[in-house]
Amino acid sequence: MADEVILLNFWPSMFGMRTRIALEEKKIKFDYREQDLFNKDSFLLEMNPVHKKIPVLIHNGKPVLESLIQIEYIDEVWPGINPLLPSDPYQRGQAKFWGDFIDKKVYGPTRLIWGAKGEEQEAGKKEFIEVLKMLESELGDKIYFGGETFGYVDIALIGFYSWFDAYEKFGSFSVEAECPKLIAWAKRCVKRESVAKSLPDSDKITKFVLELKKNIGIE
Amino acid sequence: TPCRRLCTFKKEAKLVSKRETMEAERSEEVKLLGTWASPFSRRIEIALTLKGVPYEFSEQDLTNKSSLLLQLNPVHKMIPVLVHNGKPISESLVILEYIDDTWQNNPILPQDPYEKAMARFWAKFVDEQIYVTAMKGVGKIGEERDAAVEATRDLLKLLEKELVGKDFLGGKSLGLVDIVATLVAVWLMRSEEIVGVKVVPVEIFPEIHRWVKNLLEVDVIKKCIPPEDEHLSYIKARMDRLKIKSVQ
Repeated sequence: MADEVILLNFWPSMFGMRTRIALEEKKIKFDYREQDLFNKDSFLLEMNPVHKKIPVLIHNGKPVLESLIQIEYIDEVWPGINPLLPSDPYQRGQAKFWGDFIDKKVYGPTRLIWGAKGEEQEAGKKEFIEVLKMLESELGDKIYFGGETFGYVDIALIGFYSWFDAYEKFGSFSVEAECPKLIAWAKRCVKRESVAKSLPDSDKITKFVLELKKNIGIE
Repeated sequence: TPCRRLCTFKKEAKLVSKRETMEAERSEEVKLLGTWASPFSRRIEIALTLKGVPYEFSEQDLTNKSSLLLQLNPVHKMIPVLVHNGKPISESLVILEYIDDTWQNNPILPQDPYEKAMARFWAKFVDEQIYVTAMKGVGKIGEERDAAVEATRDLLKLLEKELVGKDFLGGKSLGLVDIVATLVAVWLMRSEEIVGVKVVPVEIFPEIHRWVKNLLEVDVIKKCIPPEDEHLSYIKARMDRLKIKSVQ
């Protein structure tokens, strides 16, 4: 029986980008379905009744939720090509630790950078840079977070790179000035086909954020 | 034939003793930095005990963090931290999966990738949704507390649904989600007595109550959760301190 793989996504989501990258790394054919998050359709609500969020990965009719869980699932179901997680339990634990760190620490501050003003925005900027510096330190001189091979932690973080131009524009700062090694890492990642296919252009994201700010009444 | 049986027995004995040797080697030097009352620390003890892994427990004072804790978990500076042969791992869900990967007897995660993904989803749900929401009511009174209770109940209804037809959240036996959800079965439900609000009444949550009974009968759970009387005293003392703070 041929595998049926569907991805419900919303193109600017840095979380949805993760799952796209994982699927592309494994060269899995999937049906990409763009969702309108302001007008959620019944299929999305049926597949993710608990959180009503994207991305939703549907494999042979069964929904898998949460982007990091989806990466692990994809790695376990399609192990033959481009392993996304290390096989050593300790290395795997380290990868999951940093994935969890990215989930908990990156998104929050970025919302303040493009969504707030004054002190709140400054606080968001400060925290964002601190968090990026910790990640940069963890990266060290490695090519990717996992070492020689592109994997889980790289996938967890790289989607945010497509939003960097927007953060820099609204926050008036330069990520490269603060974290040059991280930018070098990001540029290496986007050379990969899976990443190039999955990350939208930065200016599209910036336009999207401008629209979003107008729609929710901040400017 | 007797000869073949003996050969198989010898082979198996060799395999068993080799496995035991490897297990013994792996079991060396397991240390857990945690606290007596933390559900996140206790869940690690449950997993280690379930797998028969001997460990050294190091009670931490979170009001005065030790240099050891800060050295082993510089990123979050929190417990629990598991140290295995000198290498530290933090974040309780990450630690639980590491334990399952390293000591393969009595698995806590299912084998099937889809079932595994579901278990991971529900574990996260308990920690990131139920726990966070329930905590919003701690130390609060009146409308604020009632809102938190309502929101917690809405989330618990999803857990209630999951339990229909199952003895445990992991199915026939204890699994990752059961271990994580001791947070609900033990910590949340023991708090009810002290807080004076039935967050999880049996009329609305018959499946959860049934599951709690099952859970509390499991040896490893009985062994690893804080003893009831002491725990209730601890919770009461904590609530009193919070009330004093909120009045101030």
